[in-house]
Amino acid sequence: MNVETGIAKIETRDLDFYYGPVRALKNVSIVCPKNRVTAIIGPSGCGKSTFIRTLNRMNDVIPGTRVEGTILLDGKDVRAPDVDVVELRRRVGMVFQKPNPFPKSIFDNIAYGLRINGMRDKSKLEEVVEKSLRGSALWDEVKDRLDENAFALSGGQQQRLCIARALAVEPEVILFDEPCSAIDPIATAKVEDLIETLKKGYTVVIVTHNMQQAARVSDYTAFMMLGELVEFDVTEKIFTNPANKLTEDYITGRFG
Amino acid sequence: MKQAAQKKIAQFIGFFLLRSCLTIVLAVLLLFLYDIGRKGGGAISWEFLSQAPRKGMTQGGIFPAIFGTFLVTLITAILAVPLGMCSAIYLNEYASQGRLTRLIRLSIRNLSGVPSIVYGLFGVILFVNVMRFGTSVLSAGLTLGLMTLPWTITASEEALKTVPNSYREGALALGATKWQSIRTNVLPYAVPGMLTGTVLGLARAAGETAPILFTGAAFFLPYLPKSAGDQFMALPYHLYIMATQHHQIEQVRPLAYGTALVLIVLVLGMNMTAVVIRYKLRRKRR
Repeated sequence: MNVETGIAKIETRDLDFYYGPVRALKNVSIVCPKNRVTAIIGPSGCGKSTFIRTLNRMNDVIPGTRVEGTILLDGKDVRAPDVDVVELRRRVGMVFQKPNPFPKSIFDNIAYGLRINGMRDKSKLEEVVEKSLRGSALWDEVKDRLDENAFALSGGQQQRLCIARALAVEPEVILFDEPCSAIDPIATAKVEDLIETLKKGYTVVIVTHNMQQAARVSDYTAFMMLGELVEFDVTEKIFTNPANKLTEDYITGRFG
Repeated sequence: MKQAAQKKIAQFIGFFLLRSCLTIVLAVLLLFLYDIGRKGGGAISWEFLSQAPRKGMTQGGIFPAIFGTFLVTLITAILAVPLGMCSAIYLNEYASQGRLTRLIRLSIRNLSGVPSIVYGLFGVILFVNVMRFGTSVLSAGLTLGLMTLPWTITASEEALKTVPNSYREGALALGATKWQSIRTNVLPYAVPGMLTGTVLGLARAAGETAPILFTGAAFFLPYLPKSAGDQFMALPYHLYIMATQHHQIEQVRPLAYGTALVLIVLVLGMNMTAVVIRYKLRRKRR
């Protein structure tokens, strides 16, 4: 790969993934540079979500699946025997496609990740909850009703709550799995702005089926098809002058 | 036009049949409750509920039977509730969902269909003879517990299945261990359903006769059981005696109906408790 990427935070090498006998990822080698936003685009079923879920080993919980190849976080294999998957997931946070607040209060949602890591100090919890909610641009909307159930929030607010919840455990990487596919356009704009600001402190990887979104928020873009990486480059290059004919056909809307 | 009329007639007949079925079921149920209530209501008094039977059970009350049924149900609960819930959690959350787990689950479902008399005979062999608990409230409670287990496991598993997977994944993605995700993000939302199913299973056990017939229930006892090793009187068995085995069967008929009424109210009460528990816990969650 001859794309100038700076420091690699996450790197996969010849990554294969199998659902039983079905090979969902084929030799995928991608670099997600530190403090940058990397978008993964491609038609439905191309393996984008499967790919992003291998990065924090969320696919481990699906029975009958198998990973081959290498996934490096800061140069270290995340599948090495001495890696604690629980610690890995704390370092590599994830925001899911459908907002998945827990049926708890707003406060308890954000504090969840801290509490399971043994944090009991009330004032410290309050501090982190506020910081995380500010970080996800939700603080002003919910600061007076932190005790309310998170289900009372709108879909877009719920998704920003989930982002705040991910921020609270101070991850290094945040994975977004089509974070805007279940929320309205205005909420989408807010989440996109948020992703833009997040890259100052975090490395962001976002899966999206919305090409405009990839063009707007990302620095690097990977185009995948049928489980294979077709092209990886600086976002501007992918959208203005793609090297591969398939990429060009996809971004110009000829299929997908 | 003709077709539209035909469609309407078909719909009318369809709904009419469905409504008729429900009406028949309800009518039978209400008639049954009315009959028991009318014939048994007269027997109910404070004396009937608080005293022991007297004069060959032709007079007095059924307190020992009420007490015995409570006691045996308590032992049933002590066995069936923790074992059932924990098994369900293991099966649904931890066990790899392969062929073996499916086989185990199928076996459990099938066990809930085994006739209760078979459990009774099994209880005699296992608890009364092999484990030497004798014919006692302990043996009877454990037998009922075994019979209730498949119900509590199945009901608990169904309750766990209603918790969305996104709660589990969301917790894991924040660095929770599997146990933490289950304990803090699955169980709190499954417990109301688990309890409801469990109490329904216990209510069924409380009304059973066959499993306690040979394992600990007594025809008549002049005293209350003092320990788990004693025999006991129980409402369903008492009813069976009064209805079919008594030597002055006509005379004790009102008492038999009274016993039936108490048993029905008890079981209904337990079922209502289940509903209330679920309602309260659900509200607390909101």
